[in-house]
Amino acid sequence: MQSAKVTAETITQPTAERPASGIRRKWALFASDMKRDKHLFVLMAPYMLLFGMFTVLPVIISIFFSFTYFNMLEAPRWIGWDNYARLLWSDDVFLIGLKNTLIFAVITGPVSYLACFVFAWLINELRPKVRAFMTLIFFAPSISGNVFFIWQIIFSSDAYGIINGFLMRIGYLNEPIQWLQDPQYMLGIIIIVQLWLSLGTSFLAFIAGLQTVDRTLYEAGAVDGVRNRWQELWYITLPSMRPQLMFGAVIQITASLAVADVSMALAGFPSVQYGAHTVVTHLVDYGTIRFEMGYASAIATILFMLMLGTNLIVQKLLRKVGE
Amino acid sequence: MKLTLRLGKRLNRSWQVDAMLMLLLGVFGAFMAIPLIYVINNAFKPLDELFIFPPKLFVRNPTFENFGDLLQVMKGSWVPFSRYIFNTFFITAAGTAGHILLASAAAYPLAKHKFRGHKVLFTIIVLSLMFSPHVTAIPNYMIMSSIGWIDSYKALIIPAFAFPLGLYLMKQFMEQIPDALLEAAKIDGASEYRIFWQIVMPLVKPAWLTLLILMMQMLWGADGGSFIYSEQLKTMHFAMGQIIQGGIARAGAGAAVAVVVMIVPIVTFLLSQSSVIQTMASSGMKD
Repeated sequence: MQSAKVTAETITQPTAERPASGIRRKWALFASDMKRDKHLFVLMAPYMLLFGMFTVLPVIISIFFSFTYFNMLEAPRWIGWDNYARLLWSDDVFLIGLKNTLIFAVITGPVSYLACFVFAWLINELRPKVRAFMTLIFFAPSISGNVFFIWQIIFSSDAYGIINGFLMRIGYLNEPIQWLQDPQYMLGIIIIVQLWLSLGTSFLAFIAGLQTVDRTLYEAGAVDGVRNRWQELWYITLPSMRPQLMFGAVIQITASLAVADVSMALAGFPSVQYGAHTVVTHLVDYGTIRFEMGYASAIATILFMLMLGTNLIVQKLLRKVGE
Repeated sequence: MKLTLRLGKRLNRSWQVDAMLMLLLGVFGAFMAIPLIYVINNAFKPLDELFIFPPKLFVRNPTFENFGDLLQVMKGSWVPFSRYIFNTFFITAAGTAGHILLASAAAYPLAKHKFRGHKVLFTIIVLSLMFSPHVTAIPNYMIMSSIGWIDSYKALIIPAFAFPLGLYLMKQFMEQIPDALLEAAKIDGASEYRIFWQIVMPLVKPAWLTLLILMMQMLWGADGGSFIYSEQLKTMHFAMGQIIQGGIARAGAGAAVAVVVMIVPIVTFLLSQSSVIQTMASSGMKD
């Protein structure tokens, strides 16, 4: 690996002589590097231009507008920290949304991450044909294009709903429960559906990672006294998979903080007593219905900080695992 | 050595724990599969079976009635159902093709050359994996409206070209290409464009399929959101929402449309699984 890196560097090392002396020398060096690499920049330009326009610029715009009052009709008016003050001290609905978001994240984040790993690990023990089939079964919900509305039928509030029908047949219930209208059940159901959908990209990354763990390590481990599968998992498998584990963490954390589509589709928008309201649904409310763009930008900025902060902290922690 | 080879995967395994873990896998496999099996069965249930009490999972007398109903329902609507299907196909195909091309072109320099700023650029890409598109939705709407892209396919397709996940995976995968190969091409006088197009691109075919699957995950389910107003530009997923909102009377047609919606991504994954797994093996984040 190291040697590969060195050769890569020597390929692009310029052979031309460089003129001496201070800033001018640095500039000449910079210019010659740019000239040498111009083809590379041409290759990257289309992607980077669009990436800058639709990802980087929006983040900057969002942070800027979060300090203004802006309704898309009048020019934005600078109001300093007012939007943030209003969000945190006088917008009770936002605080409900924030609370729900954190509940979703704290439960679906770690559980879905563990599920991705555990199921990938179990599937990896199977014979190749069965493995391919089980991979499809577990991955299918996350790829089938938002058909999670099925759960609306399963938790339907009348007797034709699967759960109500089942519970009434076994005599547990006398009349159907309004699963998706009752704030008492809403959160739990959305968590279940969110978990059902969560075996996506990271699950595939883990399956792939497990298949690339060096087989000879297990044999060497057995010789060195690894006695059961749990020790094997802890001492050999997990450390060899650290890069995939870190990638998977990013994907799962980001998804677990962005719960919105499932909530809006199942519990309605707005949900009864804001029982399934989240930061993102609050953002949708102010950004696409009330058109308070400044205020919506403040919500987006808080969401941005929340996601980035959580990810960076977890990356730091994961880097420590096994060191 | 012979012993361990013969034992193969059975190293350090006890059958009791094996059985327990496989049971666990079976139970959760059922949890994952049952909703999908249920909706597929519903799509083929005749009316009297749809409203049977208590509800049954499997269909007894399969029929294509619901698919006929679906066409009937959609005939009465403003635009034919085939238009929604076309829109979804077009947005997914164009977005995916552009994304694969542009992301690969940007991934090659990042993976194989140490030019000025390569670290900064890649760090920004990794950071952008750490927040969801919801964060940028509002400013994106403002940008779209200021350049007049609202209510056109462009609003959904062009931003898809620059999603960060595809570039990230492509770059990680390209790092495995041996440098000697590229060096040899360079000595033979090939330009960077030629190296990219004729050597690198054919070598990363498994990664194309992976990007296809990931883009499909994002674009196939797109409903146009706040960008699309015209009925004739709306997607299949939007039409599905409309039919399902028809409530209980549309239960059969709703299940039928769900089957139409989910069949394409599932079959695509079925066909490309091994390539996808091969690509994901290099997805790891290095320090």
